[in-house]
Amino acid sequence: MSLEQSNLKDATGQLNDASSNSNGGNSNASPSSTNRARFVSLLQRQGSLLALLVVIAFAGLRYDNFLSAANIGSVLRYNSMFGLIALGMTFVIITGGIDLSVGSVVAFTSVIAAQVSPNGPILGLLIPVLVGSLVGLVNGFIIAKLRILPFITTLATLLAARGLALSFANNKSVSVSQDSGFINIGQGDLAGIPVPAIILFLAFIVGAVVFYYTRFGRHVLAIGGNEEAARLMGLPVDRIKIAVYVISGALAGLAGVILASQYSAGQPTEGLGWELSAIASVVVGGTLLSGGLGSIGGTLVGVLLLGLIINILNFENGRGQTSLSAYWQSVIRGSFLLIVVLIQNRLMRRR
Amino acid sequence: MAEKITQKHVDQPAPPVSDDLAAATLLPDGSIPTSLRSGRQGRMVLPTWIQGAGQTYGAAMALLLLLLYNVFFTQYFLTIQTLNINLTQVSTIVIVATGMTMVIATGGIDLSVGALMAVGGAAAPLIFSNPPFGDQTLGNVLAFIVPVLIAGAFGLFNGSLITFFKIQPIIATLVLFIAGRGIAQVVTNGRLQTFSNPTFEFIGLGQLFGIRFQVILMVVVVVIAAWVMRVSTFGRYVLAIGGNEPAARLAGVPVNRVKLIVYGVSGLLAGIAGLIVIAINTSSDANQVGLNMELDAIAAVAVGGTPLTGGRATIVGTLLGALIMQLIRYTLLAHGIPDSIALVVKAAIILVAVYVQRQRQS
Repeated sequence: MSLEQSNLKDATGQLNDASSNSNGGNSNASPSSTNRARFVSLLQRQGSLLALLVVIAFAGLRYDNFLSAANIGSVLRYNSMFGLIALGMTFVIITGGIDLSVGSVVAFTSVIAAQVSPNGPILGLLIPVLVGSLVGLVNGFIIAKLRILPFITTLATLLAARGLALSFANNKSVSVSQDSGFINIGQGDLAGIPVPAIILFLAFIVGAVVFYYTRFGRHVLAIGGNEEAARLMGLPVDRIKIAVYVISGALAGLAGVILASQYSAGQPTEGLGWELSAIASVVVGGTLLSGGLGSIGGTLVGVLLLGLIINILNFENGRGQTSLSAYWQSVIRGSFLLIVVLIQNRLMRRR
Repeated sequence: MAEKITQKHVDQPAPPVSDDLAAATLLPDGSIPTSLRSGRQGRMVLPTWIQGAGQTYGAAMALLLLLLYNVFFTQYFLTIQTLNINLTQVSTIVIVATGMTMVIATGGIDLSVGALMAVGGAAAPLIFSNPPFGDQTLGNVLAFIVPVLIAGAFGLFNGSLITFFKIQPIIATLVLFIAGRGIAQVVTNGRLQTFSNPTFEFIGLGQLFGIRFQVILMVVVVVIAAWVMRVSTFGRYVLAIGGNEPAARLAGVPVNRVKLIVYGVSGLLAGIAGLIVIAINTSSDANQVGLNMELDAIAAVAVGGTPLTGGRATIVGTLLGALIMQLIRYTLLAHGIPDSIALVVKAAIILVAVYVQRQRQS
């Protein structure tokens, strides 16, 4: 494990050196700081991508079956849920907000999904997503119109959604219909690729297109950069803020569908702390928590980086030389988050 | 810095007493400037601590209403047993929320408290079950002290990330939120540690003058913290940092040291709460101790009237906030409403409380 981490450090250390070199070159060529800012933000994104590639290369060389289709499939199948909520969280965080409710919304919508699962995969997908969006709408309305801090608002809906999940499910897990085709959403394959992985990639492609190529995406960025300025420029700030929380809720709903389908049960007690893991992935991916700067692709990289840790832990134990318990994964994840944040912090200071 | 603020308020003409104006002239900590305390408007002079609670009138009123409702509509409410149940259940939240209030007053947040409770709770049984030199007394003494210090050290770690590395508090404490419980689980191998140690259990189950020890501990913590925040220079520094950190720094406030201490204290208090929880259960489960505590504590702080943006704080308010949340849960349970619905009600209470306070501020 420590070897892996030192590898990562090396990789990012080299990046640091590279940045100082070209920064020196840059400052001679053009004094404009936007160029350098763009460079640093690019570096932040590519930095985590590079780290991911290093991790994959390291694990691929070290463990025999790491790069097998089965392993990659299972990693993607499991991490698709984290990826979806992290995608929504990215939009929210770029506006300068935060959405703590997603973990509970996943639990709540997984219960709903299980309950509507006899009606087939289409309704089983749509209704929970709708319910998730509704929770997001409530979040967005309270934050934008009643002007209560996102942290408090979504803390409250975290509790409320958990309560609703428990009461809808009667405090126990709700089994999913096995013959309606609903379970294919979480357990099925399409052309050899797990369906949740396809959903994940589609969501990220759509998310990236929306963020980078639409007016809405620009507005999201503008609000995070300076909300007052965005308001004065005449942007529909309230509407955009509501929209990002709806997106986050909808994606949490989608994650709930996958959860219910993958485990053949709606899980009212699942999703504890998922919101904070999602935030960690977003931060690892290079999105600033203060808003105004972010990367959709970076979030996917962040999710995969943090998600691979447990996978690598399993492989390492499989070699028989070490036996690290599963509890190590949170220690490693936490240390990993720490290292990434410290490096990012140094990059930001160069700016 | 803080003195200057006071001075500015004194210079203002004393306004006619109306709730809105009084709120507008409150000091950053919610206390009323000395000019208004003299009662020259013919206003009744209240004891300082009541004046200090001015900001939390809403919370106090809500608590009073809840109490009255229960007196009339809940069976066996006015019994020592009910009082004991509620106070013992709320004490750990209050202890943790007191530290959280100070952290939030600096404009920060501490997500790691629940994990640090687990760390403290995991460490204590390891110490008194394997006492150094085979001396059980020493083992027991160390079991009270060392886990709290460990949690405090983790708090300092949070603080140093925030001060020296300029990492946002929410991210800095997220590190230990994720890793802290993991550390406790790794150390105990995720196993439930059951024990029987009457000396140690005193912190959770013992009684002094017929009152549970943890309740006394809670009161002591609240009184000290309220005193520190109201009277001491340190308290002024905390509020100055939360109000405007660059200005506080320019005014000579030792910002880094104050923030370090605040996060350290938050860790210490989480450690104490962890000890109480495992003593009550006579077992320590790293997977469970302090789970969701950060959310309960933040909710208590918010309901109590401390704004999450920092610069103002009320420890008494936090106590009231925690009591309100506890009493609501108790009331709903006593009337047969399940815990799941109680969560939804809790959510509504948080939002209403914060909304009402926001209205009053603007």
